[in-house]
Amino acid sequence: MSMMILAMLVPLGGAVLIALLNRAPAVRDGVTLVTAVAMFGVVIQLVPEVLSGGRPATDPWQVLPGLELRLVLEPLGMLFALIASSLWIVNSLYSIGYMRGNEEERQTPFYVFFAIALSATLGIAFAGNLFTLFLFYEILTLVTYPLVTHKRDEAAIAAGRVYLLILVGGSLILFMAAVAWVFMATGNLAFVPGGTVAGVLSPLETGLLLALFVFGIGKAAVMPMHRWLPAAMVAPTPVSALLHAVAVVKAGVFSIVKIVVYVIGIENLSSLGAGEWLAYVAGGTVILASIIALRQDDLKRRLAYSTISQLSYVVLAVSVLTPLSVVGAALHIAAHAFGKITLFFAAGAIYTAAHKTKVSQLDGIGRRMPWTMVAFAVGALSMIGVPPTFGFVSKWFIVSAAFADQHFFVLAVIVLSTLLNAAYFMPIVHAAFLKPAPHDPHPHGEAPWPMVVALTMTATATILLFLLPTLPLALARQLAGLP
Amino acid sequence: MTLQHLPALQVVVPLLAAPLCALLRRPTLAWAWATLVSWAALVIAALILTQVLTTGPISYWIGNWQPPWGIEYRIDTISAFMLVLVTGIGAVVMPYARVSLAAELPADRLPWYYTMYLLCLAGLLGMTVTGDAFNVFVFMEIASLSSYVLIAMGPSRRALMAAYQYLILGTIGATFYIIGVGFLYLMTGTLNIADLAERLPLVENQRPIIVGLAFIAVGLSLKFALFPLHFWLPGAYAYAPSAAAAFMAATATKVAVYLLLRFFFTVFGEAYPLPDMAIPVIWIGLSVAGMILASVMAIYQDDVKRMLALSSVAQIGYITLGIGLDSEVGLTGSVVHLFNHGITKGALFLLVGGIALTTGTVTIASLSGIARRMPLTMAGIVIAGMSLIGIPGTAGFVSKWYLILGAIEEGWWWLAAVIVASSLLAVVYMGRILEAAYLRPAPPGQEAREMPLSMLIPAWILVIGCVWFGLDTDLTADIAGRAAHALLGRAP
Repeated sequence: MSMMILAMLVPLGGAVLIALLNRAPAVRDGVTLVTAVAMFGVVIQLVPEVLSGGRPATDPWQVLPGLELRLVLEPLGMLFALIASSLWIVNSLYSIGYMRGNEEERQTPFYVFFAIALSATLGIAFAGNLFTLFLFYEILTLVTYPLVTHKRDEAAIAAGRVYLLILVGGSLILFMAAVAWVFMATGNLAFVPGGTVAGVLSPLETGLLLALFVFGIGKAAVMPMHRWLPAAMVAPTPVSALLHAVAVVKAGVFSIVKIVVYVIGIENLSSLGAGEWLAYVAGGTVILASIIALRQDDLKRRLAYSTISQLSYVVLAVSVLTPLSVVGAALHIAAHAFGKITLFFAAGAIYTAAHKTKVSQLDGIGRRMPWTMVAFAVGALSMIGVPPTFGFVSKWFIVSAAFADQHFFVLAVIVLSTLLNAAYFMPIVHAAFLKPAPHDPHPHGEAPWPMVVALTMTATATILLFLLPTLPLALARQLAGLP
Repeated sequence: MTLQHLPALQVVVPLLAAPLCALLRRPTLAWAWATLVSWAALVIAALILTQVLTTGPISYWIGNWQPPWGIEYRIDTISAFMLVLVTGIGAVVMPYARVSLAAELPADRLPWYYTMYLLCLAGLLGMTVTGDAFNVFVFMEIASLSSYVLIAMGPSRRALMAAYQYLILGTIGATFYIIGVGFLYLMTGTLNIADLAERLPLVENQRPIIVGLAFIAVGLSLKFALFPLHFWLPGAYAYAPSAAAAFMAATATKVAVYLLLRFFFTVFGEAYPLPDMAIPVIWIGLSVAGMILASVMAIYQDDVKRMLALSSVAQIGYITLGIGLDSEVGLTGSVVHLFNHGITKGALFLLVGGIALTTGTVTIASLSGIARRMPLTMAGIVIAGMSLIGIPGTAGFVSKWYLILGAIEEGWWWLAAVIVASSLLAVVYMGRILEAAYLRPAPPGQEAREMPLSMLIPAWILVIGCVWFGLDTDLTADIAGRAAHALLGRAP
């Protein structure tokens, strides 16, 4: 059996075990952790082959003529699978602390759907053609719906509606139309370096197809398809952290990068000049979302708008349409993942320990929760793109690519958004450490230790990946066809 | 020998079994007999399908009278495919029916139910196998009259009203059909379908022919509840016994659509291309109206069975849409959706019927928190619901994919958009069910329990079918493609 299928079966098997262990919470939580480690163990076995230029693939399973289910691993998928599976381990540790610390109900279905969601995420990462990608993309939306509505109150139900309608609506209408169009035009849904529609569609048609993909893939949260992401913040924080800062949203930008590289083709798009509008849409999203983030007092909502802004960085980087910019896009998928999960971990830790959700309540909290807030600061620096954090590396590549291509709009967006990022993150760090704490009738310390360990790990990784970005960089360069 | 009589046996076995069933006064005995006959019919249908697929269309002369004078049973790919659908649904529903009907009907009526069910089955199968336009009418009446009775047996008194409404509209439909056939007979002097197809091009005065076609099309449309001729359907399916609703929703309308395909393509296709009579325009218009408006109405229903019934009207719009596209891809979508929607809606009606067993009428409110009591039933509804919406990996996706390709092939992007927009409406109404069942708290004193295995297993067979036929389409899309090819008159 292919290692890819095995990697997807491990979390499914884990989900079954977790469901059976409903009455033994301690064992159940242990199984979650072991499953995550096992999945990462399988995924990492695939790395050497991909690095040496191999493209492991499974036998195609034909659903309809031309529609095949097939897994093919290429560098970007490898990178995405590594990010999702490594962070799931940390996130599982964190979830255990969070779910117990907050005495959440229905923990078993929570872990079950989480494991299934990770399996679907790997399906997206490994998808060998557009149909397979589309299939797992839909599955991921559906299996994360129960996680978004976990609280089952009116707010959660309303958020669930927004979540389903925007994501399923976008994908069923626009994404599916785009897939059908590619199929009608080329008879081929495979991912081919250089793109399959090159030379088939006119510039106008190519631009339209790109638009169908960019807006149809609502998980990338390019405005105006972004509303589901702030809505999804009603979910428990581990869901926001791993799914709505990493797996689900990255599945969106991952799909866009993959489609631009392997279906439309970078050279094709730049020679047709059909993708210029994308820079403006993405740049607009970066700036607008940052401005909205600035005005949010709810910490998780501020983080959500920051995510929307950072996701469009990836799209913005791709829109420069040079190999170097693709490297930047791929690295930013990784960089944002580690930074943002740290920030969400911190937000959840604050909620668990101090029951605070608002930015304005965080004065002086750094002294009570030093580990948490230092990690938060590291995550924030990575968002802004300050060394020594991983965020600097990806931003460096995007800036160099834009500079080499004389793309001044992109440069201006990056400069402006860096300032905005600083403007909405730094006051939090400042308040946490330098403002005096108000009198608090319920003194508290750090959150439960699994949460603190988890957020320390991701913060450390954010710095380590700045020092040693070898693996992500190698995969990103392979994707862009650079030596 | 016996093999060569399969087409006759397909109809004769359930037809003769029906009166015998009426003589069996013990409910369990009658049920066992009807189940046995249903399974036998499935075996016969499967044998016929393999035979048609390997050796081509079968022509069977009743009483060995040569057509066009005698009655000919003629089975080609699409009719064999329909036989498998109808008998397959019957065979799956019967094991379910025992417990479900025992709870819904008084014991002394049960043998009558099974008798009527067998008659209905025989009628539907007869409509499918016969190659004679008048014989179609006879079987249509057998199927219709028995289904009026099946609906009227429903547990609430409103079933009588629904059956009456269906009786009136169904009779008008059948009458229109026979008037149309009368026109054709007047002009051609034949009732044999294949013979009609040959003689129509020779008729000079076209007006009566076109009037005849109009009567047939409207009559059949009433039978399969084409929007806006659907008024009988929501009540009929909502108040019929659960087993009857599932059986009829999955088969009865489908057979009427099959007949329409026969007349549009086999009889008229050659001499009277559909576009010449503006049929695609009318058909696509009505289909789109049904897909959107019936779905919107479904959203506002509180009675879940009515919601599903209106959803059927919308889904029939998909099927007729493919007919209107008048292309091989579109028609493949239609034929495959006949099957896919049959199993999807069958599964949903069976599952909702299981909930009705404990809660009486099934409203959105009565579903609150029921997922914890009936996890397997609700999981089935989720999966079948995904097939209804057309999520990739389910049967519903396959049909929609073909219809979208058909629309794009014509360059009608707006139509592709309408197809998916209607799916989105399905997300909304299925979402209402799921929200109530999974996210709302259960009212105090709710005593719902998982339905017995004899009901759960048949329902889940169809649920698994919803996924199976979304991933493996050798049986469905492949045969549908061949059937569409043959209907459009190209050499197979």
